[in-house]
Amino acid sequence: MIEAAFKGRLGSFDLDAEFTAPGQGVTALFGPSGCGKTTVLRSIAGLMRLPAGRLVVNGVTWQDGRRFVPPHRRAMGYVFQEASLFPHLSIEANLTFGMRRQKAPARIGLDEVIDLLGIGRLFDRHPTQLSGGERQRVAIGRALLSQPELLLMDEPLSALDRFSKDDILPYLERLHAALSIPVLYVSHDIAEVERLADTLVLMEAGRVRAAGPIADVLANPALPLIRLPDPAAVIDGTVIATDPRYGLSEVAVRGGVMTVPGLLGAVGTRRRLRVLARDISLGRHAPQDTTILNALTARIEGAEETADHQVTVRLRLGADGMGAALVARVSRKSWDMLGLRTGETIVARLKAVALVEPARQAAPQHDKSGIQARPWQS
Amino acid sequence: MSEGALLDAAMVQTIALTLKLAMITTIVLLLVGTPLAWWLARSRGLWKEVVAAVVALPIVLPPTVLGFYLLIAMGPNSPLTTILGRKLSFTFEGLVIGSVIYSLPFVVNPIRNAFEAMGDRPMEVAATLRSGPLDAFFTVALPLALPGIFTGAILGFAHTIGEFGVVLMIGGGIPGVTKVLSVTIFDYVETLQWGKAHILAGGMLGMSFVVILAMMLIERRLNGARR
Repeated sequence: MIEAAFKGRLGSFDLDAEFTAPGQGVTALFGPSGCGKTTVLRSIAGLMRLPAGRLVVNGVTWQDGRRFVPPHRRAMGYVFQEASLFPHLSIEANLTFGMRRQKAPARIGLDEVIDLLGIGRLFDRHPTQLSGGERQRVAIGRALLSQPELLLMDEPLSALDRFSKDDILPYLERLHAALSIPVLYVSHDIAEVERLADTLVLMEAGRVRAAGPIADVLANPALPLIRLPDPAAVIDGTVIATDPRYGLSEVAVRGGVMTVPGLLGAVGTRRRLRVLARDISLGRHAPQDTTILNALTARIEGAEETADHQVTVRLRLGADGMGAALVARVSRKSWDMLGLRTGETIVARLKAVALVEPARQAAPQHDKSGIQARPWQS
Repeated sequence: MSEGALLDAAMVQTIALTLKLAMITTIVLLLVGTPLAWWLARSRGLWKEVVAAVVALPIVLPPTVLGFYLLIAMGPNSPLTTILGRKLSFTFEGLVIGSVIYSLPFVVNPIRNAFEAMGDRPMEVAATLRSGPLDAFFTVALPLALPGIFTGAILGFAHTIGEFGVVLMIGGGIPGVTKVLSVTIFDYVETLQWGKAHILAGGMLGMSFVVILAMMLIERRLNGARR
C-alpha cells in the first residue's frame, strides 16, 4: 500500500495531492499535461523534495516532516519518458547497473526479465544501436532488476512513435500479469490507462479529483471522464467458454455474460473488455432478427444530457442493477421517444465488445517497424 | 655545444624541466579542476558565478599582473611564507602553484561544459538505480564527461608549456629549477643565439600542432562512440 500526500507551489498553481494506491496492480496517475502528475511521481521517487510531503510505502516512511530518504536508498525503480540508458555502457551493463548495487537477494532474476521483455538478443549491443521501443524495454528491465518494491513509470510510451508503442504495450501487459510489485503509471493517454490500469487516480490542476477502481472512476458521472467525446467502460471478466468454430468466447462479467470475438484462452482466464458508449443502443425488449450478439439486461442508473443533443446514460448490468457499470450514448430524440427513465430495467444491445488487451500470444514475434526482423525466444 | 648535435645539455635540461612542470601541473589541475567544474555545473547558487569569475580571471589578466601578485604572495614577507616556514618564489613548487592558477580556466571550462551538457538525467537515473552520489559521480558523470576532461587535460598541459609571463615573474630563470622552455627561448633571442632559439621554437610549434591535432582526433573518436 502506498500512502502519498504532497503539498507545494508548482509554477502557476498549488500542488495539493493526496491519495493511497493498493500494494499491487497498476495504479494510473491520469490527467492533462501540467496537472502535476509527474511532480507527484518524482516526489515519490525522491528526485524532488516538496517541503510538505508524506509518503509511506509498504509501511516504510520515505518522507515525512523530518525524514527524507534519498532516492538511492528507496526501494523503487523508475522508468523515465525517454529511456535514458547510460550511453557509455553496453546493454548488459545498463541492465545490471542497479542489480549490482542491490545487496538484498534478487527476487526478480536477469533471465526472467530478459524473457519477459524479449531483450536477450540485444545484450552485447550499444544503446545507440537500438530502436526507441527496444531502448525503453531495456530501461524497464534495468529498473526491475534493481529489485524495487514499487515501480514508477513516467509516461514511458509518450516519447515513442505508434509502431514502437504497439511493440511495447504487450510487454507491459505481460509485466502486469507476471509481477507482484505495485506500479504507479503516469499517463495522459486514456487508451493506455484503460488498457493497463487497475486503479485510477484522476488529477486536475495539482489536485486529486478521484481515486478508485478504474471501472468506477471511468463511469462516475461526477467526473469529467464520462464527458470525453468518446467515453468507454472497461469491464473485467472471466472466460467461461470458447467456440473455435465461430472464433468466439463467452466472458462472464458482473451481472451478465458477453460474447467476444477471438479465442481468449483457457476457461478461467481473466480478461479486460472495453465497450464504447456509442456502440450501445437501448431497448425495452430482447432484440429478435438481429446480427447483434450481445443483448444484456441492465438498469438505468442515471442520465445526463450533453451539449450536442445526446444523452449519456449510465447503466448497471443485471436485472438487479448491481453488476458492472456501462456508459451508453444515445440521441436525445430516441431517449424521449422511448420515454426511458432512471431506475428502469432495459436491454442494452452491444454492437461491439473489444478486448482491451490483445490475446496474450500476440506478444510481438518481430519488430513491427519492419526494419529488421528480430525473433526472440525464451 | 658539440658539433652536429641538435640539442645541448642546457636545452635538454630545460625541455625535461618543462615537461615535468607540465605533467605535474596537469595532474594537479585535473584533481582540483574536476570537482570544481562539477560544483560549478551543478550548484544553483549565486556564489558559483563569483567563483567562476575568479577562476576565469587568468584568461583576461596580463600574465605579469597575475605573476606580480603571486610573487608577493609567495615572497619572503608574505603570510603564506610565514605559515609554510619557507618562501615559494623562485622554487619549482611555486612554479607548479602559479601554473595551476594560470591554467585553471582552460581545464575547468571544458569539464564544466561536459558536465552541463550531460544534464541532470543521468544522475537521476543512477539515483533510482541505488547509486549514491559519490558512486554515481565516478561511474556515470566522469565517464560521460570524459571527452571534456580529456580536452581540459590537453589544454592545461599545452598552456602550461606555453606560459611565459607568470613563470618569469615568480620563477625567474634558475637553470634546472625554474628555467622552462619559453624563458630559455627568450634568453637565446636576447643573447642573439638565433639558431638555438629556432630549434626550440620550431620544436614547440611542431609539438603544439601534433598535440592539438591528436586531441581533435581523439575527441572525435570519443564523441563518435556515443552517437
